[in-house]
Amino acid sequence: MSSAPTAFGAASHVASEVDNVFIFILVITAFFFVATQGTLIYFVIRYRHRKGRPDVATSSVITNRILEGIWIGVPSIAVAAIFFYGYTVWEDIRTVPKGAEEINVTARQWLYQFQYPDGRKSINEVRVPVGQAVEFNLTSADVLHGFYLPAFRIKQDAVPGRYTYVWLRASDPGSYDIFCTQYCGVGHSQMRAKLIVMPPARYRQWYRQETAKAEKVLPLADKGKAVVQRLGCLACHSTDGTVKVGPTWKNLYESRVLLENGKTVIADDNYIRTKILNPAATTVKGFPKVMPTFKGIIKDDEITAVIAYIKTLK
Amino acid sequence: MINGLIMNETSEPNYLTETRGLSSWIFTLDHKRIGIMYLCIILFFFLVGGVFGLLVRLELLKPNNWLMSNQTYNEMFTLHGVIMIFLFVIPVIPSALGNFFIPLLIGARDVAFPRLNLFSVWLFGAGVLVVIASFSHPIDTGWTFYTPYSARTAAAVTILVGGIFLMGMSTILTALNFIVTIHRLRAPGMTWHRLPLFIWSMYATSIINVIATPVVGMTFMLLMAERLFGIGFFDPAKGGDPLLFQHFFWFYSHPAVYVMILPAMGIISEIIPVFSRKPIFGYRAIAYSSMAIAFSGFLVWGHHMFVAGMSNAADIFFSFFTFSVAVPTGIKVFNWIATMYKGSIHLDTPMIYALTFIFSFVIGGLTGPFLGALATDVPLHDTYFVVAHFHYTMMGGTVMGLFAGLHYWYPKMTGRMLNEKVAKLAWALIFVGFFVTFFNMFILGFRGMPRRWATYPPRFQTQHIISTVGSWILAAGIVIMFYNFIRCLKKGEKAPPNPWGAKTLEWQVPSPPPTGNFTEIPVITDWPYSYPKRDE
Ligand code: HEC
Ligand code: HEM
Ligand SMILES: [Cu+2]
Ligand SMILES: [Cu+2]
Repeated sequence: MSSAPTAFGAASHVASEVDNVFIFILVITAFFFVATQGTLIYFVIRYRHRKGRPDVATSSVITNRILEGIWIGVPSIAVAAIFFYGYTVWEDIRTVPKGAEEINVTARQWLYQFQYPDGRKSINEVRVPVGQAVEFNLTSADVLHGFYLPAFRIKQDAVPGRYTYVWLRASDPGSYDIFCTQYCGVGHSQMRAKLIVMPPARYRQWYRQETAKAEKVLPLADKGKAVVQRLGCLACHSTDGTVKVGPTWKNLYESRVLLENGKTVIADDNYIRTKILNPAATTVKGFPKVMPTFKGIIKDDEITAVIAYIKTLK
Repeated sequence: MINGLIMNETSEPNYLTETRGLSSWIFTLDHKRIGIMYLCIILFFFLVGGVFGLLVRLELLKPNNWLMSNQTYNEMFTLHGVIMIFLFVIPVIPSALGNFFIPLLIGARDVAFPRLNLFSVWLFGAGVLVVIASFSHPIDTGWTFYTPYSARTAAAVTILVGGIFLMGMSTILTALNFIVTIHRLRAPGMTWHRLPLFIWSMYATSIINVIATPVVGMTFMLLMAERLFGIGFFDPAKGGDPLLFQHFFWFYSHPAVYVMILPAMGIISEIIPVFSRKPIFGYRAIAYSSMAIAFSGFLVWGHHMFVAGMSNAADIFFSFFTFSVAVPTGIKVFNWIATMYKGSIHLDTPMIYALTFIFSFVIGGLTGPFLGALATDVPLHDTYFVVAHFHYTMMGGTVMGLFAGLHYWYPKMTGRMLNEKVAKLAWALIFVGFFVTFFNMFILGFRGMPRRWATYPPRFQTQHIISTVGSWILAAGIVIMFYNFIRCLKKGEKAPPNPWGAKTLEWQVPSPPPTGNFTEIPVITDWPYSYPKRDE
């Protein structure tokens, strides 16, 4: 399901209302555009100076009360209407319905961390059921970020030190983009996440399973696999040799890694651990410095599990 | 109406030939030379900023860092924006053309404080040098310098904003100089309602500059203090507020967009009547609407912050006032078009650029309501829709107005005519290139492409390719235009005093004007738009 093509058509009722406002403004502005530019082009053609004619205007009119009244009055009414329509629909964008489920979102350079009501956290992927109003409570751990869901026509900046919110009620299952629109540094354009909208029954089933899984004990490598899925490492790293934003993990363990500063290191436990906690310390040659730090997000035993998992990727 | 004076070949010394040598320029008190110095510095940075713009476009040809790293991309678009805004579009018309033409248009021998004027250009030059020094650690904050990022980045933000601070002081001094000049040095008989409209627009611009520029100066001081001493005005961890910075910044920067556009509107108001051979329609409406725009421009800064986390009440307030700016802007457009009614329209290059201004600026203006209306701004904010919108206003507006003015006044400034054929070829490429590059960005933004992104999902690529190819056409046009400017300095035909048959005073003196402008200060008995009328 998450491989479904990313939809852009309005994905909620509010989104189609916003589209209606857009069309309304488009019609009004198109009218003014055609009226003014049509007149302009007509005048240029009609009154163009031609050789052999006297080079003098045939009118010297410099005011016309009625005309000027019209072109002050009509645009004033038009912009008042646009303001008002835009305002009413925006009220819907800002008013969270009662009974909305709450998901906390912490934006940081350069990922989104989501927290479900059961306390479970996930990175760069969040799931919601169709038809259920969901409120995202946003904050940021570092600089400003812009939480933007194009298909839902909503956006809200995440600001450090305060909470902002945005809500949606998805109308169809599918996988939708979450972007970052507020410039936040090197990884700004890679700060992308997914909203996965599921049919309600499947969502509930998934939710129960995940809650249970979070408590079950797994073999270390399997646990590591679950951790990297949960933390969104696989958005940037592959396990099969393909190069994504970051290097692949296939055959990484114990290999020699060429760094940007020209040195080489062996990819041992310590290297991987440092990479996770303080990725800025070293950078692999040929890759952007966008890997976010997972300090404070990942637990110590989970790092061990991730290393165990990377070991198995031969 | 070619004025009786025919230029005699044994030419009298003019402001260019009277004295020679570098120091005669660096220490000149002549407003015309000062204007030319500004013009050269500023146009040079327009080209530099343009190169950064082209590099930004080149990177976006492909979705995945094919040309440069994210960090380099961030530096490129920041330098592009910073140079275009602070070193080009804000100062260009007031400091360069304003300096040159305000005294000429009002019948004065110079500005009110020539020494202060020289000091301003030096300050500007010093500011430029400091800005260049900051390129040692190129800044990567975007031209808006939002905190907390700008307080933390390792780039040379402190130096850069220091440089802009100096340029801001230069702007304030120039604006003061213009205000006093317009009040005190008008030729006898030139009442306020006989002022050319370019003067009205420069007057409105200067008032905005005097009121708003100190605010951005203080904001930059606070940012410097934050970076140097870690004070924390804008840092939530220390009890500060990042949104405060945005309020300060836009309190200046929204009025600044009128500083960018009003001077261009002034140029258009001069050119349209000259090339229609008809008095301007609605003189008072155009003049007063400049003042109305200058005033209401101070009430709308919050429309840049609808999704930033302001209170809902503030959002509603700012949306409402934003629409109040639309009407006076519209009035000007209607008046220009009405001026052409039953005129005798000449499509020389200045007029073609003026018409292009109206055409593309109207697109820029009409896409404003999408961003001023609350519901539609929410998705469109910080996407390519905004990038398209402001390029339509700044490039389609101010830059086209500037090009119109440069082609219109080139004969006066240099004493040479431009080559019309080359000028029109350049215009055609610029026009096509501009539309191919930027129109498509409205749709790109509507489809959700965020701005300031070095990489993007492949589904946006086709449109990015179109824009990038458009930027090459645009660049070709600009290169040809500059080629024409430079070539005609020597090769252009000698310009008569009044090649376009205009009525304003600068055309009643030789081209180029002598150092003191007027042998005798003219006495004004009429407004500068009294074109005769023929009955059909
Ligand atoms: C936003 C994309 C991104 C995410 C998410 C991400 N990384 Fe990275 N990672 C990178 C990039 C880019 C590099 C290479 C540049 C560098 O060394 O900083 C890298 C490098 C690495 C390396 C070194 C690889 C080598 O070939 O030497 C390891 C190990 C690593 N990441 C582990 C992780 C783990 C574990 C996670 C999840 C907890 C993770 N990364 C999440 C982008 C990411
Ligand atoms: C050569 C023609 C130009 C091209 C190809 C060009 C291209 C671009 C592009 C693609 C962006 C968006 C970058 C991004 O968001 O990732 C941009 C941003 C910008 N442009 Fe231009 N532009 C040109 C001319 C101009 C002019 C003439 C001005 C001003 C007068 C201007 C002012 C700006 C500003 C202020 C930004 C915003 C920078 C920021 O986000 O901080 N541009 N330009
Ligand atoms: Cu971000
Ligand atoms: Cu604004």
